[in-house]
Amino acid sequence: MPSPANDSVRGREPATFPQFLLLNEQRFGSIAAMRHKDGGIWRSWTWAELCDEVRAYSLGLRELGLKAGDRVAIIGQNRPRLYWTFCAVQALGAVPVPVYADSVADEMVYVLNHAEVTFAVAQDQEQVDKVLSMGDQAPLLRTILYDETRGLRDYEESNLHSIDAVQAMGREALARSGDTEWKAGIAAGKGGDLAVMLYTSGTTGKPKGVMLSFDNLVISARSGNSFDKLDFNEVVLAYLPLAWVGDHVFTYAQAYVAGYCVCCPESPDTVSEDRREIAPTYFFAPPRVYETLLTGIMVRMEDAGKWKKRMFRYFMDNARRVGEPILNGEKVSLSDRIKYRLGELMVYGPLKNQLGFLNMRVGYTAGEAIGPEIFRFYRSLGLNLKQLYGQTEASVYISAQPDGEISAETVGRPSPGVEIEIAESGEVMYRSPGVFLGYYKNEEATRSTKTEDGWVHTGDAGFIDAEGHLRIIDRAKDVGRLADGSLFAPKYIENKLKFFPNIKEVVAFGDGRDFVAVFLNIDLTSVASWAERNNVSYASYQELAAHPRVYAMMEEHVDQVNRDLASEEMMAGSQIRRFLVLHKELDADDGELTRTQKVRRSFIAERYGELIEALYDGSTSKHVDTEVVFEDGRKGRISATVEIRDRPPVPVTAFRKEAAE
Amino acid sequence: MNAHVQAPRSLGVRADDGIARGAPLLVMDNISLAFGGVKAITDISFDVRKGEIRAIIGPNGAGKTSMLNVINGFYHPQKGTITFRGQARRRMRPHEAARQGIARTFQNIALFKGMTTLDNIMTGRITLMKRNMAWQALWRGPAEREEIEHREAVEQIIDFLEIEHIRKVPVGRLPYGLQKRVELGRALAAEPALLLLDEPMAGMNVEEKEDMSRFILDVNQQYGTTIALIEHDMGVVMDLSDRVVVLDYGRKIGDGSPDDVRNNQAVIDAYLGVPHE
Repeated sequence: MPSPANDSVRGREPATFPQFLLLNEQRFGSIAAMRHKDGGIWRSWTWAELCDEVRAYSLGLRELGLKAGDRVAIIGQNRPRLYWTFCAVQALGAVPVPVYADSVADEMVYVLNHAEVTFAVAQDQEQVDKVLSMGDQAPLLRTILYDETRGLRDYEESNLHSIDAVQAMGREALARSGDTEWKAGIAAGKGGDLAVMLYTSGTTGKPKGVMLSFDNLVISARSGNSFDKLDFNEVVLAYLPLAWVGDHVFTYAQAYVAGYCVCCPESPDTVSEDRREIAPTYFFAPPRVYETLLTGIMVRMEDAGKWKKRMFRYFMDNARRVGEPILNGEKVSLSDRIKYRLGELMVYGPLKNQLGFLNMRVGYTAGEAIGPEIFRFYRSLGLNLKQLYGQTEASVYISAQPDGEISAETVGRPSPGVEIEIAESGEVMYRSPGVFLGYYKNEEATRSTKTEDGWVHTGDAGFIDAEGHLRIIDRAKDVGRLADGSLFAPKYIENKLKFFPNIKEVVAFGDGRDFVAVFLNIDLTSVASWAERNNVSYASYQELAAHPRVYAMMEEHVDQVNRDLASEEMMAGSQIRRFLVLHKELDADDGELTRTQKVRRSFIAERYGELIEALYDGSTSKHVDTEVVFEDGRKGRISATVEIRDRPPVPVTAFRKEAAE
Repeated sequence: MNAHVQAPRSLGVRADDGIARGAPLLVMDNISLAFGGVKAITDISFDVRKGEIRAIIGPNGAGKTSMLNVINGFYHPQKGTITFRGQARRRMRPHEAARQGIARTFQNIALFKGMTTLDNIMTGRITLMKRNMAWQALWRGPAEREEIEHREAVEQIIDFLEIEHIRKVPVGRLPYGLQKRVELGRALAAEPALLLLDEPMAGMNVEEKEDMSRFILDVNQQYGTTIALIEHDMGVVMDLSDRVVVLDYGRKIGDGSPDDVRNNQAVIDAYLGVPHE
């Protein structure tokens, strides 16, 4: 049993993770620190066992010549020994540098050289091969360690060791000369020391190495834990990339500080099954994970029997009405409460069990905007799903939603210890104890991101709403102004439209113009199924897109968004005044989207220049002729007459939210 | 509890037979097989050495699968002797061959479609089970312990072939490439001394072929399993195998290293097609 929480080893607060490890060995010695599914069975380590493993590993690394200040690359998926590597390396004063496992050798070479890595710990043969293939390109790299032995037996490189062998060396050293010196080394660690370097994937230019100190991470972890009241009882699933700051904070920093249990899945393909078995209490996922899960449920419900379907619909309707109010602790009639309870028994409970969310106390989504419908779905089941806003440079936490103050549009209040300010330009800036030390060997980038007095530019535009919550609207560089000076945030408007299932892609225009106008792309799957149900016949995408009833449908969606925008002080000026439905689907093959399906704004502006002009010169239709590239590389042309519709703006009278305050 | 033992575990070939690596494990001597008047195999001799990957190739109808069926004990040659692990074989049934340590996969997958991946691979352990049916039915004490041992061996194979995610999925629902992998798993579960693979890559796309090639090489390296395989994809054969025997119309027309075979005129003729007298 854990001894009463006593945060001091040798009379002082632990400041580094190795110090926390030694503390956890004492206070949580017999409770589970880590689990891993191996050979179909969950195996576990208590904090005491974990400490033994890390000690042996760390001493073995010292035998191999790892010393303070060295950099160690960690390449692989979420496996226990790779997590141990962080602590084993930090215990010697060296610095771990996790690297994205799926990056190709060329990208990896850059990071390894830039970080001046001398040791690399790779998961398996695939990663070892990748590292070996660098050869002379990574001249500083001396030693390679690996976790999984398969296929590596016949490798003859003398600088290649299995982690097992390294641990055995460490155990020998321990038997020979004890661990007093090792412990002294840990005790000498200071909060200001460099803890880890995380390379940001960098959509533009070369990746940058974000240097985080122990203080950054420990203070962020502490405030994160206290914000959501996380303690040693939590169970989390480690399934996100090791090199991503979120994983580092949620499954390493916060786990060591709170003493909770981290579970590693059997393989990346078994994550959903493993999640069901583990049922994490604290869970983080980007919006697309929630989206995929929801789609999965809906598809399977379509195949279910009639009675099951009916039951599902009935109780989901009820949940949609009263689920969120109940979760927020609002007043709900007794009969609805009883129905909700019954629903919990018949539908919500089993459903949450299937998803592995049965024990979830706190769930987060972050990274990008989540569709309000999706967000509401999970919350109506009684799951405490919240949004947070974070960055690598901030050791994750910038803002998060406190329990009971949840909405799909905001990203919450400033996290404990974080100050947020909106710059003149509309850019969100913050200052906190979690703010990074700087970019490694990149003074220039550090200076342009972090001001003298510690404020950091996020690169995102946003504002604080009437309730004191932060709202992120777009990347700062994409935000513009209409001719009358009101704010224009294209992505904000586009996302609002894209949350309608019938709309697949949107491109908004308005910077320097008199009003906002948009291109719409229908979602073929969804609109086609609507057409089938409503006896709308069509022969091609083009015909369906131009169908009057489809236009009517889009008109409704645009009006709905305008009503939404009218109720928001900052956005009321950027209502959509004109729109058109594109005659073809935006496609990466034509260069209109990136390979990750993001709209290439400037390319589209050039390609459809005529249409944009038509949006602003008042014409009601425009004939266009576009070249298209088919999947096999052949080229063809599509021509069509595209109709343009006007929408009246919704009058901006009063801001309801303010009135309600 | 320190249950986490990850010391390299080896499936281990059953009962060491005293045959040194590189010495002949299986010797086929002057084998002839005919069905009525049709001569499937005529006077063929070759051997498979312990620890090697041996390929049997040839155009359609050359007698490759018949040859595998002979090794497997499914067909009985009219003439010739088969020596396996130093013992000349008498007329034998396939299950006896299995007991002697010969496992195989089939050209057109022969799994139990309604059973899960795990159960299918477990069936591969059948020849290694010591407890009789009564014990198995009782499933307590020794039988339970034995089941756990077998399950452990099977889990190693599942891990080895990277099929954890389909452990509990009925194989009938799996795509073709994965079914092939499960079938290989079942053959491996028998811890064979000789593994026969009948067109392991038939019908696969390039990526699946690459995966399968890697598994075959890994099996050979990690467990030292001797492998005899039939394959149509020449690139694969030349890359994987140590030695190749070429059949055409039931006769042996070439035997040697991949390079030898590639330059053998008779083989080139057989593949490019020259008029047969």
